[in-house]
Amino acid sequence: MTTLKDVCHHVRSKNAGPYWVTFDLFFDGPENFARYSQSPALGPDTFHRLFGADPALVKRFAVPSLNVVKLSYARTSPQGGEVERDMHSGQQYVRLLGVELD
Amino acid sequence: MPSGPIKIIVPCGSLGAGVVEEEVRRGVSLGAQAIATDAGSTDSGAAYLALGMSKNNRGSVKRDLTILMAAGAEAGIPVIVGTSGQAGGDLNVDWTRDIAVEIARELGITPRIALLYSEQDKATLKAKNAAGKIKPLAPLGPLDDATIDGCDHIVAALGPEPYIAALQAGADVILGGRTTDTAVIACFALMHGAPAGAAWHAGKVSECGSQCTVYRDRGAGVLLSIGQDGFEIEPLSPDNRCSPFSVSAHMLYENSDPFRLTEPGGVLDVTDTVYTPVDDRTVKVTGSVWDPQPYTLKLEGAAGGRYQTLMLIGIQDPDVLGRLDEFHDKMLAALYERARKSTGLTDADFHISLRMYGWNAVSGDKPPPGTPAPREIGMLFIATADTQEQASQIAKACNAYFFHWPISLDKELPSYGFAFTPADVDRGQVYEFKLNHVVEIDDPTELVRTVFVDLNEGKGA
Repeated sequence: MTTLKDVCHHVRSKNAGPYWVTFDLFFDGPENFARYSQSPALGPDTFHRLFGADPALVKRFAVPSLNVVKLSYARTSPQGGEVERDMHSGQQYVRLLGVELD
Repeated sequence: MPSGPIKIIVPCGSLGAGVVEEEVRRGVSLGAQAIATDAGSTDSGAAYLALGMSKNNRGSVKRDLTILMAAGAEAGIPVIVGTSGQAGGDLNVDWTRDIAVEIARELGITPRIALLYSEQDKATLKAKNAAGKIKPLAPLGPLDDATIDGCDHIVAALGPEPYIAALQAGADVILGGRTTDTAVIACFALMHGAPAGAAWHAGKVSECGSQCTVYRDRGAGVLLSIGQDGFEIEPLSPDNRCSPFSVSAHMLYENSDPFRLTEPGGVLDVTDTVYTPVDDRTVKVTGSVWDPQPYTLKLEGAAGGRYQTLMLIGIQDPDVLGRLDEFHDKMLAALYERARKSTGLTDADFHISLRMYGWNAVSGDKPPPGTPAPREIGMLFIATADTQEQASQIAKACNAYFFHWPISLDKELPSYGFAFTPADVDRGQVYEFKLNHVVEIDDPTELVRTVFVDLNEGKGA
């Protein structure tokens, strides 16, 4: 069983404006990138399960030159609202680390 | 365009973050023709726009701006600042203007200072909306008048055109309202005829200063050199370097699309961009494309909502730490009951949240069974209500329960570790952004008000 943290040397998250959270997955080398960048486990359903995201509002881009996959979803509550727990979304990546890729 | 490339100092990621004087001097000695930086972002939340308040302290901003204005005056090159005072609202611009005027007097210089106000009048926006000129960006829907009225302050993120107009009118220092980070840096090169793809991409890459370098802790700024065939970027600190990876990776930062960046009047497309090392510390960037689009400005609106009061305790009691989720749920129910009975409010009138720092405060999830107990936790109590007085009364009513709530009744009541006296802290309103929309305009300077400060007549202080 391979999890995301096994095949990435760096994973990060941050706000992309007040309404979106974006994740950058820096894969360890082109082989891991090629093998996992299109993984269904990194699809909209995972973001729905982990973050309550609307699957229609999940974006994915592969950046082969950097061995990076960029994933973003629309926040379910606005930045800084009454239930805010992570103003800059800088900790949201942690939930992705254990996602099983195969 | 002049014969050589356009050289621009980006001295820091944000004004007040810590400009390094030697770096600015070095940039000037290398032939820089302008200094450009933003002074804010939406990233730290809506409070700074709603309150017209800076995130940085006044002393830090004054220190950085003093270095830049002194260097600009000495070299005879413009100092261009965007998103003044963190949010770029009129109050944020005025706060920065007062600092700049104070600096000018202290330095004995008389720069021509342009203020670019980008705060928007509600009646104007309603008229634009009624005319179908305001469009939503996901995840928000169409705009209505009530949402416009509900905002405390609304700004439009300007493009480069008002900056170019101010530079052409002889501005030595520009203090802009809300502006895209990219436009603040791109404007000078665009004015001098640089290719739009290179100018905009140079602005994007350098928007966070040395963030696009290999050693982000070495120095604060970068030097851009924008020519007809692309641009070069190098750190201003001699012991730092840029690499193709460090430069290209910055397109990922705080941005949901790594290839196409929407800006006023077009889209920067870096799909076919090539990053080439020039030497061991400089990277050349070619192939960036500017794709012109109908001119739009992004709107940002902020409003204050309900009020909050906080309390904080530390817990080391092993019996509690072994049963934290149960403790949380039982205490929360008891606090709600206590608040209802003692204030007469109903559940619809208020909200209480308990955040267990050291256990699950960030996620809010229940950790899986078998998760080891922490050594200690901090528990934050947050009461939210329509008025500060109500939130405060709820916290006061809950004080003893929060302080003493037992995990079992067969021992004497515990006393958890309050951090403060008085224990409750009124923290004011919750601030949220209310808009995620763009407004279509025909003239890029239509929604900006440019004001020049004449230091010789002593105005603007």
